[in-house]
Amino acid sequence: MASYSLPPKQPKSTFKIVRRIVIFLAIVALYVWTFLGIDIDWGRAFERMVNNFSRVIPKLFQPDWSATSEVAAKIWETILIAFAGSLMAAVLAIPLGFLAAQNMTRSKILTAIGKWILSAVRAFPDIILAILFVVAVGPNAFAGVLAIAIGSTGMLGKLYSEVIESIDMQVIEAMEANGANKIQILFYGVIPQIVPEFLSYAIYRFEVDIRASSILGIVGAGGIGTMIIFASSNRNWNEMGLILLAIIIVVTVIDFLSARIRRKIV
Amino acid sequence: MTKQSRQEMTEKTPSIYPVKTKLQITIIFFIVIGFYLFSMFWTQREMVGGFGNALGNMYVVIEKFFPPNLEVIPKVWGEMAQTIQMAIIATTLAAILTVPLALLSAQNITTFKPLYLITRTFLNILRTIPDLVLAVIFVGLFGVGLLPGILALFIFSLGILAKLISETIESVDMNPLEAMRASGGNVFQVIYFGLVPQVLPQFTSFVLYVFEINIRASVVLGLVGAGGIGLVLDQQLGFYNYPNAMAIIILIFIVVIVIEFISNKLREALI
Repeated sequence: MASYSLPPKQPKSTFKIVRRIVIFLAIVALYVWTFLGIDIDWGRAFERMVNNFSRVIPKLFQPDWSATSEVAAKIWETILIAFAGSLMAAVLAIPLGFLAAQNMTRSKILTAIGKWILSAVRAFPDIILAILFVVAVGPNAFAGVLAIAIGSTGMLGKLYSEVIESIDMQVIEAMEANGANKIQILFYGVIPQIVPEFLSYAIYRFEVDIRASSILGIVGAGGIGTMIIFASSNRNWNEMGLILLAIIIVVTVIDFLSARIRRKIV
Repeated sequence: MTKQSRQEMTEKTPSIYPVKTKLQITIIFFIVIGFYLFSMFWTQREMVGGFGNALGNMYVVIEKFFPPNLEVIPKVWGEMAQTIQMAIIATTLAAILTVPLALLSAQNITTFKPLYLITRTFLNILRTIPDLVLAVIFVGLFGVGLLPGILALFIFSLGILAKLISETIESVDMNPLEAMRASGGNVFQVIYFGLVPQVLPQFTSFVLYVFEINIRASVVLGLVGAGGIGLVLDQQLGFYNYPNAMAIIILIFIVVIVIEFISNKLREALI
């Protein structure tokens, strides 16, 4: 046991050591800033928790079954919002995806524009978009549809453009060499290669959108979120328990179905 | 396949897809479209004046929100900083606590099946609860403030992080680990010398990714009273002070983009 030797360690360059120290100091500074800046009244929070605990947590596990039909209707609306929104996004993202794909536009400027549009759209949280659309079309489910549609376009467009960039370009070159025009290349060279993955990503996004649309109601954009905000302001935690249960079931079922469908497609 | 002229080929060769598949695809297509039309109808049924009217209103919105009152930005800087700090604390806590959870929910490390199944199911359920719903519950429990926001972010990101990392752990090369076990290493030695070096770059990358998610989530947590910039945004919207709200939205937008850019660069450097 005693006489084994480890391989010699790589010599460390001064640059690496300096870089490591700088990174370490930056992280320490970040944490110092964070912990100095955050100010929580622990005493009060603790006191409140002791007072509220028995009023909140046990009730979440005793759902109020009398609200079942209302919750079911709102969950249905949530699914519809997510479906309409993600289908819109799946279509809207196609031109943007092509624009942002380097091998389709063959121009650095257009690709950069496409990528910038997509990342700008992605930077808006869904809820913020919902706030804007609630002001635009009023507090109803359609505001939610629009928010989901725009919010998902950013991510789907990015994923689409990555799919397009990864296609086999030899097929397209061969078609070009044989004199196919742009439309023919698109329909017979590009689309057959991208359809399965596009579909798979669109279905995946539907899965994500179900979660997103369940909270849009908090700002008035329809769906189960409307009930969440009512239940919390009325401190009706039994109803909240039912809502939570409904969300968990719907999300789990749709995740499961979507995973199965996607496995079949790709 | 592409050597002949297209028209000739499509006319003479039989279709590559059998009739049954085509029929199936057509039916699925019509179901999807039908469901789409139905959901469009359903979601618009409570709307005054329908879609056309809404498009007209879109213009009113731009009028209401613009020009944004940029003077509020210096005043909300403190809240913005708090929002980022919330995300930092929540991500750090999640990154620490995710280690045992990820190990327990990785099939190749936790060979005791019931334990693995229990952790998996627990994490799956945790992930289905949206962050804002967690925030609503914690606000009910702790009252308005930063603490419920941090806890909501922490629990929400714990679910995502533990799943991503347990998948990474499951995909590692098991040979060095087996060799270590065979030569007498105990569980902790195997994990520390065999697993950690293989997982560490991915781990850091995922933590940064979750940090991005947390930043995006933390800016809206205030809408339900869980602290940060969202609280101010909610107030301004409540006062119908749209130019101020727009300024805050623009600030959020810029902060999210900058942090995402930095985090992306760091992740590229890591992997």
